[in-house]
Amino acid sequence: MAGTALRRRLTWRPAQLSAVRQETPTARTLTLRVDGWAGHVPGQHVDVRLTAADGYTAVRSYSISSAPAEGELEITVDEVRGGEVSPYLVREIAAGDLVEVRGPLGGWFVWQPQSTRPLQLVAGGSGIAPLMSMARARAAAGGGAPTRLLYSVRRPDAVVFAAELAGLAAPGSGLEVSYAYTRAVPEGWPRPAGRVDAALLAEATWPAERAPDCFVCGPTGFVEATADLLVAAGHSASAIRTERFGPTGSTS
Amino acid sequence: MAAQATQAYRGGDVAQFSRGFSGRPRSEEPDLPPGQYRTHDFPVLSAGPTPRVPLDTWQFTIVTEAGERHSWDWKALQQLPSESVTVDLHCVTRWSKLGTRWRGVSLDTLFEDVETASEYAYVRAYGGYTTNLPLEDLLDGQAWVAYEYDGDPLAPEHGGPARLLVPHLYLWKSAKWVQGIVLTPQDEPGFWETAGYHMYGDPWQEQRYAGD
Repeated sequence: MAGTALRRRLTWRPAQLSAVRQETPTARTLTLRVDGWAGHVPGQHVDVRLTAADGYTAVRSYSISSAPAEGELEITVDEVRGGEVSPYLVREIAAGDLVEVRGPLGGWFVWQPQSTRPLQLVAGGSGIAPLMSMARARAAAGGGAPTRLLYSVRRPDAVVFAAELAGLAAPGSGLEVSYAYTRAVPEGWPRPAGRVDAALLAEATWPAERAPDCFVCGPTGFVEATADLLVAAGHSASAIRTERFGPTGSTS
Repeated sequence: MAAQATQAYRGGDVAQFSRGFSGRPRSEEPDLPPGQYRTHDFPVLSAGPTPRVPLDTWQFTIVTEAGERHSWDWKALQQLPSESVTVDLHCVTRWSKLGTRWRGVSLDTLFEDVETASEYAYVRAYGGYTTNLPLEDLLDGQAWVAYEYDGDPLAPEHGGPARLLVPHLYLWKSAKWVQGIVLTPQDEPGFWETAGYHMYGDPWQEQRYAGD
């Protein structure tokens, strides 16, 4: 398993913010420069540690959204209202500031760019981040795995990486991108706003006979529902890897 | 600005990290293991689709190093004496949930007739998940096979119909959809342990990853 690379001891390293990109009204991509960073496997995440002036620290994990590169990585952070860390990363931190990072982490929700097996990516909201790393790494490796991405998002202005995804999905690229809008659709969109259902899944994702590797990432309820639909459509549970975040919807 | 920040780091002063970050007011924070924050909802972390395990085929089995099997079906489990426990949960992804209420069967009850000299438990779950821990961490009132959460049957996404509950270790040791325990003389890494997570996982020692 890919995780064997994690056997060494992980240390905190200084990371300097070298660039920021506003992606949507609430999400921002941070480019972090890290001396000695050896790169990552698409799908992995990184721990980010913030230190306040009085020495208090807070650590959160973020998926890496960039393609693997030495000395640099990108995370894409969506602001959680009332959060302790994401409002700082989305609104406060500026180029030149320092944080600390530890990683890359995770040996399960990962995809090897040299793989040529059909690949199915399913993103819900900011769950696009680790899947974008996979799509970028795939393009950087010259294509290969025939890939479909189904991206469920509330409304058109919440789509992260829209222009870049359109470019990556150019004719002949072997990447097809489909959108499901759950709250508001673009003008002239052929489908009313709504959640991913079995019909859309059948239309926009690989059929089970192609036996794709499936990666599903998003809020808990989305991942639960989508993974269940994929199993019901005949995909083997062992071919579906999931990453969930956020609350379940029930607070009990 | 960039050059200044780098110089400050080389000077060994930690306060230069995260200019302008203050964090939450500390007085509101309960007593949590280091690096944890409190959550009031109940996040779900699983590696794949949620397994649905029918009660009529459910079984929990302990296998000793001698190959002796001790099995309970759902009805047999329900007939064992159960306990209500209120415990704090600590997930390696840094959330802690305090004062959670469960009902289940103590591992002490399940191990009453099990004879073993093994020191380690390799836990298997429906869906293929595995995890490992020392057997002594399952005994003496420290662990349960839990089937009720907050007065209701345990929901599938939280490990229902039954999960292991070992609240003094990080939550990945509390295997959801638990199917059984194989007793072994050596400590064998399970699913996340093979992927670089800690073999033991004490939240108070921040044993998150191999080498911590």
